Amino acid sequence: MNIHEYQAKELLRGFGVPVPFGVPVLEQGAAQEAYARVFAETGSPVAVVKAQIHAGGRGKAGGVKVVRDETAFNQAVADIWGKTLVTHQTGAEGKKVGRLLVEQGLDIKHEYYLAIVLDRDSRRYTLIASAEGGVEIEEVAEATPEAIHQLVIDPITGLQPFHARRLAFSLGLGKHLWKSWASLLSGLYEAAVASDAMQVEINPLIETGAGTLLALDAKVNLDENASFRHAEWQGWRDPNEEDAVEAEAAASGLSYVSMDGNIGCLVNGAGLAMATMDIIKHYGGEPANFLDVGGGATQESVTKAFEMILSSPAVRGIFVNIFGGIMRCDVIAEGIIGATRALGLKVPLVVRLQGTRAAEGRELLAGSGLALVPVETMDEGAKRIVELVK
Amino acid sequence: MAILVNKDTRLAVQGITGGAGSFHAEQMQAYGTKLVAGVTPGKGGERFRGDVPIFNTLHEAVAAEGINATCIFVPPPFAADAILEAIDAKIPLIVAITEGIPVVDMLRVRRALEAQSLSRLIGPNCPGVITPEACKIGIMPGAIHKKGHVGVVSRSGTLTYEAVGQLSSLGIGQSTCVGIGGDPVNGTDFIDVLRLFEADSETEAIVLIGEIGGSAEEEAAAFVKAHVSKPVAAFIAGSSAPPGKRMGHAGAIISGGKGGAADKRAALEAAGIAVASSPADMGITLQSVLK
Repeated sequence: MNIHEYQAKELLRGFGVPVPFGVPVLEQGAAQEAYARVFAETGSPVAVVKAQIHAGGRGKAGGVKVVRDETAFNQAVADIWGKTLVTHQTGAEGKKVGRLLVEQGLDIKHEYYLAIVLDRDSRRYTLIASAEGGVEIEEVAEATPEAIHQLVIDPITGLQPFHARRLAFSLGLGKHLWKSWASLLSGLYEAAVASDAMQVEINPLIETGAGTLLALDAKVNLDENASFRHAEWQGWRDPNEEDAVEAEAAASGLSYVSMDGNIGCLVNGAGLAMATMDIIKHYGGEPANFLDVGGGATQESVTKAFEMILSSPAVRGIFVNIFGGIMRCDVIAEGIIGATRALGLKVPLVVRLQGTRAAEGRELLAGSGLALVPVETMDEGAKRIVELVK
Repeated sequence: MAILVNKDTRLAVQGITGGAGSFHAEQMQAYGTKLVAGVTPGKGGERFRGDVPIFNTLHEAVAAEGINATCIFVPPPFAADAILEAIDAKIPLIVAITEGIPVVDMLRVRRALEAQSLSRLIGPNCPGVITPEACKIGIMPGAIHKKGHVGVVSRSGTLTYEAVGQLSSLGIGQSTCVGIGGDPVNGTDFIDVLRLFEADSETEAIVLIGEIGGSAEEEAAAFVKAHVSKPVAAFIAGSSAPPGKRMGHAGAIISGGKGGAADKRAALEAAGIAVASSPADMGITLQSVLK
């Protein structure tokens, strides 16, 4: 789960990581007041207006503007609010700006890169730092890998002062920054662990002209699996950043991703769901979605899943591919019957049931009077549904 | 021989009174697995299906029944604790079925595993381990398996059943099938299982099923090239997945152009592994490498 920059900074501030003074703007009418608050706090008319979208590359797309007076501020808000930003991370359709962050202007002496990520290879949190911040870190890694410093943190000891010292010397930080660097790093580590973060990226981390360190930007990705112990995350969700259909699916415990094709898929297990899309493509068809009903699906969630496929206007045919393990085929069958009873079935439906309680599932479907095409194998099923939608 | 589990495996199920735990405990028992204990805190002294004793703690179960394997169905908020309890009880084989354990919890579990050598964890978020006609620990449908000489190792659950179903229908039996799970931090990886299969006299060939995201398949390919003498067939799921989109909760994420299906396929082929181009061809691809 991604969160906005202003939320990420709020989180970091709570763990003692210094961030600029800023005020989020959730409604366009509140922008003026946010500017006034920043002005009052800093005594300077210089401020930065930053579009809040879940994607990087906002600056280049015109989503970040430095303003030197109120007129320029109002102009910047008018320019950015509601604008669709297209960056390398938004996809071609872009993202529409519906929230802003107004921040104090700062005198930047140097830009660093700092991140903590949950690294699959080391199975540890890993700190990544570079003295070449403020740019695409991938490009730095490509061109000058020696400019990127990494440290793996043992979860038993956590972050220790020596970690901070090692990185400080690698980055060539001046002595006046050592103390604040150590405290910032320890706050960052604590923030990551305590908030179940998969990644916290600060790019850039700046040294100001006055010689202090500040997180000028922050991107945080949280582990959805830990949502049960973070009631506060509910308030961090931004419906504008979520695919409405995917969010609806998630609420029913389903994993759904919309695709561009016309064959709706209902599968159990992410691997088999991906393989089902692969084989549909292999036979020349195009999947309309990825849908993993998971292992713990109930009849209600299967009904929901099937309804979502049925109500998608692009769907011209449906392939149900189930190999039951923890998922029982009779539960799937009841879900299909329930959904079609409510919505009817106007497109071809190919069903393959194998594994746990497959015979019971097939019997239920056969007895339901539904006009479906039962198949024995995934291969046969994929071939049939591709033929049927042609 | 097979690997990891056999007729002498004595199993406990942690979370035996829950919905999934009780259903699958019964299925495992029906398959012939020696289910000798259940653990549910607060239900110690009761019996599962009138015959298997239930204990409050795993340590009590170990003392009373001499178990050497445990299968965990405990819900995500408490699952890491259940795994740590099993490591503390020195259970040689820990199979965690639970899906959705927070990664931060698994970091601690992983660290605890690395600090000892008595316990091995399979999973979490996996279907489990089965040696056909001897012992099933997990949630896979037992009936699709057939005793034989092909080892199967997979990151995916249901796709493993698909592969096993294809093998069995071709008359090709399996020595042991291991689902290692798709979570970013888990207990046993491809290489651990490949090493076991290579050393197992009953395993003659290996099927490896991977998916997009991470670099486990690339590492497995390098290991096969250097250390595996037995023929290997493979399939990588996710060639049709759009980059950057997360497909389910299997940890299959393509990022920065790394971990894509094409790269993995190329790495496997370069190691002399036969890679199936369609998921329907996993069985025949293995058949083609058998001598």
